[in-house]
Amino acid sequence: MSAISLRDVWVEYGDQIVLERINLEIASGSFLSVVGPSGAGKSTFLRLILGQERPTRGAIMLDGAPLPPEPGPDRGVVFQRYSVFPHLTVLGNVLVGFEFAASKFLARLIGAARREAIAKSEALLEAVGLAVHRDKYPSALSGGMQQRLAIAQALARAPRVLLLDEPFGALDPGTRAQMHALITPLWKQHRMTVIMVTHDIKEAFGLATRLVALDRWRRDPQAPGRFGAAVTYDLDLTRETPVPVLRFSNPVNANGSASRQHGGAA
Amino acid sequence: MNIVPQRGSRIFLALVPFVLIALLYAAGSAERRAENPDDKLLPPVAEMAQTARRLAAEPDRRTGDLLLWTDTAASLQRLAIGLSVATVAGLCFGLAIGLVPTVGATFGTLIAVLSMVPPMAVLPILFIVFGLGELSKVVLIVFGVTPFLIRDLALAVTSLPREQMVKAQSLGASTWQVAIRVVLPQIMPRLIEALRLSLGPAFLFLISAEAIASDVGLGYRIFLMRRYLAMDVILPYVAWITLLAFIIDYALSALARRGFPWAYVEERR
Repeated sequence: MSAISLRDVWVEYGDQIVLERINLEIASGSFLSVVGPSGAGKSTFLRLILGQERPTRGAIMLDGAPLPPEPGPDRGVVFQRYSVFPHLTVLGNVLVGFEFAASKFLARLIGAARREAIAKSEALLEAVGLAVHRDKYPSALSGGMQQRLAIAQALARAPRVLLLDEPFGALDPGTRAQMHALITPLWKQHRMTVIMVTHDIKEAFGLATRLVALDRWRRDPQAPGRFGAAVTYDLDLTRETPVPVLRFSNPVNANGSASRQHGGAA
Repeated sequence: MNIVPQRGSRIFLALVPFVLIALLYAAGSAERRAENPDDKLLPPVAEMAQTARRLAAEPDRRTGDLLLWTDTAASLQRLAIGLSVATVAGLCFGLAIGLVPTVGATFGTLIAVLSMVPPMAVLPILFIVFGLGELSKVVLIVFGVTPFLIRDLALAVTSLPREQMVKAQSLGASTWQVAIRVVLPQIMPRLIEALRLSLGPAFLFLISAEAIASDVGLGYRIFLMRRYLAMDVILPYVAWITLLAFIIDYALSALARRGFPWAYVEERR
C-alpha cells in the first residue's frame, strides 16, 4: 500500500498541453478510477505514475519520496493488450517476475529456489483460476484469460501500487463481470493502491472507492492544444448512498461553469 | 482461389515443373548429340552421372583427393565460419541497437552506411589485407551478411510492443534482463528467418571469392572447369550446391519451428 500525491503536475508536448494543474492526494489502499473522454490524457496520467513519462512541471511523490522516473517493481501494471510475454508459458509468465528479482545476471532460477518460486507462482495462478492452464502459451488463451494472467503476473512482485490501463476494455460483458468479481478481492487481499483507467462508467463506479474525471476545462477552436485536461470531478464513492453523483462534495471547479459542461459527458 | 490441393496432389503438382525441365533437357541433349557427337554444351544425363560418380568416389589423379567431398568440406567450412560470426555479431549489435537508444544513436547510422557498401567492391581490399587464404573469404561473407542481419534484428526489436518492455521493468527487470529474457527469445525466430534469407547472398560471396583466388572449393571447381567447357562437371556441381543450400534452408526452418513453437501458432491455424 502506498500513498501517491501529485502536486501541480503539467504535461506538455511542445506547445500542446495535455494535462494541467493536476493536484491529487491518492490515499494508501484506495481504489481510484480515472474516467474521461478519449484524448483527455487518461493514459498519460497513468504513464506518469508508471514512470514511463515525466511531468513537464510539478512533482509526483510516492509515500513522501519523489517517484522514480522509470518503471519499477513497486508499481505493477496491466495494459489492455500486450501485457503478457508470448514466448513464455502461463507459468513462465508469472515465474519470470521472481526470476528477475532473484537472479541478477541470468534471470533464471534453479533447484530449491526455483521450486519455491514455482509454488508461489502456482498460488497466484490458482487465485486467478489459471492453474490448470499452466503449461499453455498465451496465444492459446482467451482474451479474459490473458488479462487474468497479466494480473497474476503483475502481483508476483507484490507491488504497492497496481496500475490498470483499460484492462477489461477488450473483453465481452460476461467476461468483464467475472474480472470485476476477481479484482476486488485481490485488491483487498494484496493491500494495494489501485489506479484504474477506464472508459466504462459503470465499472468505474462499481469497483472504485474514488472516481476522478479528467477533461479539458476549456476548448479554444483556434488553438486546440492551448488548454489541457484537468480534474473536473473528484467523487468519494465510499459513502453508502444510492446515487453518489448527487453528493459530490468538491467538484474541482477550474473555471466556473466550463468544467461542468464537459465533465458529465465522460 | 478456393480449390486447395490435398497433401498428395500438392507433392505431385510440385514435382511437375521439375519433371518437365528434366524432359526438356533430355530431349535437347539428345538432339544436339545426334547432330554433333562431340557436343559439350548439353551432356547426356548418363554422362553427368558417370562424371559425378568419378568426382565423388575416385581419387583425383594429381592430388589423390575425392574432389567433390574436399571441395564441399572446404566451402561449407568457409560458409559455416562466416555465417556463425555474422550471426553472433548481428544478434549482439541488432539487439543493442534496437533496445538501447544510446547504442542505436551511436551505431545506427554507421550500420546503415556500411550496409550500402557493395561487398564485392571491397573484395580486393580483403585480398590485400587478409591475403588469399581462408580468412579473406570468411571476412567477405561476414561483411556481406552482417549489416543486413543487424538492421533486420534491430527492426524486429523496435517492433516488439513497448508495453512488454514496460511490463518487464515493472516486474523489476534491468535492461540486461529485458535483453536476455524478453527480447532475445522473441527475436530468435526472426534471426533464423533472416539467416535463411542471407543464405543466397552468402553463397554468392563464397563462390565469387573462391572463383577469384582459391585452390579448393565448389566455386573454384566450377570456374576451373569452365576453361575446359566441362559442362558434365559444372552442371552436377551447380545441382549439388543448390541441394546443399536447400537442405540448410530446410534445416533452419525446421529448427525455428521446433525451437520456438509459440512463434508459429498463427501459421498452424
